[in-house]
Amino acid sequence: MLKTARGLSAWLLGFAVLLASHWTLAEETAQLKFNMTRGVTPVSQDIHGLHMLMFWWCVGIGVVVFGVMFVSMFLHRKSRGVKPANFHESTWLELTWTAIPFAILILMGIPASKSLIELYDTSESEVDVLITGYQWRWKYEILGEDVSFFSNLSTPRDEIDGFAEKNPNYLLEVDEPLVLPVGKKVRFIVTANDVIHNWWVPDFGVKRDAIPGFTNESWAIIEEPGVYRGQCAELCGKDHGFMPIVVEAKTQEEYRAWLDEKKAAAAALAELTEKTFTFDELYAKGEEVYNRSCAACHQANGEGVPGAFPSLKQGITVGPIKEHIDVVVNGVNGTAMQAFGEQLSEVDIAAVVTYERNAWGNNMGDLAQPLDIYNHKQGK
Amino acid sequence: MAHGPAKGITRWLYTTNHKDIGSMYLWFSFAMFFLGGIFALVIRAELFQPGLQIVDPNFFNQMTTMHGLVMVFGAVMPAFVGLANWMIPMQIGAPDMALPRMNNWSFWILPFAFAMLSSTLFMEGGAPNFGWTFYAPLSTTYAPPSVTFFIFAVHIMGASSIMGAINIIATIVNMRAPGMTYMKMPLFVWTWLITAFLLIAVMPVLAGVVTMMLMDIHFGTSFFDAAGGGDPVLFQHIFWFFGHPEVYIMILPAFGIVSAIIPTFARKPLFGYSSMVYATAAIAFLSFVVWAHHMFTVGLPIAGELFFMWATMLIAVPTGVKVFNWVATMFKGAMTFETPMLFSIAFVILFTIGGFSGLMLAIAPADFQYHDTYFVVAHFHYVLVPGAIFSITAGVYYWLPKWCGNMYNETMGKVHFWLAFIGLNVTFFPMHFSGLAGMPRRIPDYNMMFADWNMISSVGAFLFGAAQVMFLYNVIATIVGGKKATAEVWENPEGLEWTVPSPAPYHTFSEPPEFKSSH
Repeated sequence: MLKTARGLSAWLLGFAVLLASHWTLAEETAQLKFNMTRGVTPVSQDIHGLHMLMFWWCVGIGVVVFGVMFVSMFLHRKSRGVKPANFHESTWLELTWTAIPFAILILMGIPASKSLIELYDTSESEVDVLITGYQWRWKYEILGEDVSFFSNLSTPRDEIDGFAEKNPNYLLEVDEPLVLPVGKKVRFIVTANDVIHNWWVPDFGVKRDAIPGFTNESWAIIEEPGVYRGQCAELCGKDHGFMPIVVEAKTQEEYRAWLDEKKAAAAALAELTEKTFTFDELYAKGEEVYNRSCAACHQANGEGVPGAFPSLKQGITVGPIKEHIDVVVNGVNGTAMQAFGEQLSEVDIAAVVTYERNAWGNNMGDLAQPLDIYNHKQGK
Repeated sequence: MAHGPAKGITRWLYTTNHKDIGSMYLWFSFAMFFLGGIFALVIRAELFQPGLQIVDPNFFNQMTTMHGLVMVFGAVMPAFVGLANWMIPMQIGAPDMALPRMNNWSFWILPFAFAMLSSTLFMEGGAPNFGWTFYAPLSTTYAPPSVTFFIFAVHIMGASSIMGAINIIATIVNMRAPGMTYMKMPLFVWTWLITAFLLIAVMPVLAGVVTMMLMDIHFGTSFFDAAGGGDPVLFQHIFWFFGHPEVYIMILPAFGIVSAIIPTFARKPLFGYSSMVYATAAIAFLSFVVWAHHMFTVGLPIAGELFFMWATMLIAVPTGVKVFNWVATMFKGAMTFETPMLFSIAFVILFTIGGFSGLMLAIAPADFQYHDTYFVVAHFHYVLVPGAIFSITAGVYYWLPKWCGNMYNETMGKVHFWLAFIGLNVTFFPMHFSGLAGMPRRIPDYNMMFADWNMISSVGAFLFGAAQVMFLYNVIATIVGGKKATAEVWENPEGLEWTVPSPAPYHTFSEPPEFKSSH
């Protein structure tokens, strides 16, 4: 028995050394996190307080209960020659250990109920953001400001596949972050376009299900400027782990400047709709759009996933162009194929249609111009 | 005809003997435990370090889904039914189960259900990939075609469970030995009686929800499709109305097993027998009114949120009573620490830790940070692995000598315990930390800030897996040979099962025994 114990402790020691060496290694790259963030909003700080309160209650109860257990495991062993007692009932004890936990629960529940009521008060907001979950990206719309855009994962594929070194914000970075002003009450209105997603930014203490056909609300007053990162927190299909959230909290002036910039960019894009592009321009742009918005399902080689996502080397991509455009713009009802008409600009759709008809050995030779897409959307 | 079993394969195909059927349930469950374990190890291997190395995200989702389904419906539930088949007739002094032919049927449809479920892995589009909770519309409009096979498999599993539950209720109510009143039944019998009622109440709800999915997918209804006037949240309400009692279905029989083992090895009667019965009933009742605590972030009205928070916290009271009673049973006993006792003590400690994190999760505002993170994964693995799995393991070590007439190898049993205990904690304790640090569950890849905890978890998972192979070896070695066990096996254990010889004859209690209670 002693031999087994010695072998076991040697093994444990080896494991501890392995861990320690791994930790020193880890410290150079990233900080080891093990507790909930305090966050930067009144709600997140409240939640953190509740979390720690509950934690210490549990530690206290654990010390008492496990303490009694370990004492009796040590003292009341047959090997010490003790004779077992025979008591097996005490109404008084049963009542005591029903009443005490009950009282503790009330002490826990009161602050929790208060926080909950505060968390639910979304009234008197100064900025309203409509957040829509898509497979697998987020759409942000600043209500009343005519600013609306999509936010996609921007981590390069090579980092995910291990061909390039991972940057510190690996999987927690996007092409277009949401910008919000500090010190203002921001209301988030959350919904989804396809399946259920969940918009979660730990530093805000905001986690709300995004449900197709319904809206949920939450709020935050961000107290410090900074970049805050989160992730989708409801399984939403294949790329659930690849639709991060990035919010940049800035001063009111910087926020206004960002809004203006966004509006100007939208206007410039609208102008491009009237431009006529060459085939090569469309093809090059189309490849970029395809890899960002389509390759997740239809794969980079256009072959799709049998049984789940159709191949683009056959079917509509090599059929009449009008039908092809229609599928991209309006999606296919009852399947995972989304309506991209509102997600992508006219230029992007024209480019990706052109690309799909002429890539991977497809050789239709035709192209679509942004104006064709615009006309299609108008029902012409 | 003699009283022995039939020869050859027909013994197993046609058997109506509760012991044979119990053994088949247990072996089936053991096989599913290893299958589900392999799925878990695929998950842990992929999560060993950041980046995608072994599987693609779609297959990863199939693994998390299949792991959950196989472990819940294939490993834990059949194991408890197997133990019930073996032990309930022997503990109440009945010659067999009340409905032996249905018993055969309820077992034999299970392998077909799981063969069908497993076959989806090889179908075009892959196996179900929407999580074991299969939230609509991900599991309807956006599901792979194999979802229909999944639905049919769930129907069969449900039918099997309902038949098993009816049989157990009929047996307990009608076939107790003279003198065994309800309040003198062993706690394993009591907890199973209550569990059986839970099963009958909620398995039809599960059947209902998958049928609604089937209608949505194939027959043009819109129960869960907002575009057709349905509501995706309705799915979650129905699912969790089944799902929450379901988690107690997986833990109440465990309470019964541990309540049998601790008094034996503490050499002292169970403390607070009647309060144990009332606490079990209270937990079962409360399990019907707390389902929406799984849904704190779906946007319930504040009144609903408050109700479900307080109701959930209330469960801690009867559960606490149980833990205190076990501790009081050990107190002033004369304890020895054979393998079943080690697993039972680990059960009490680790299940309590799982209870603590459950209490934290009940706090609705805090749940807004915990929900759908690894903190939740840590919580439910702490209540299911040392809860359900450890209690089943303890029960197997405790009763195996009675089943096969041989003692298991105690040293190997202890090594199995310590490896499993260390492996389990190394796997699941760090998940609390990765969850609090912000790692969502069901993701195949993650940022480097979660890398350390994931690497530790993966190492622990493989250790835990290896420990179970040792368990399998020990069980087989005990059945094949080993020291002969006495009829009592342990020192003065309580219960009718210890009054028959070891191994228990093929037919026991053809004449009702005389039952004398010690308390």
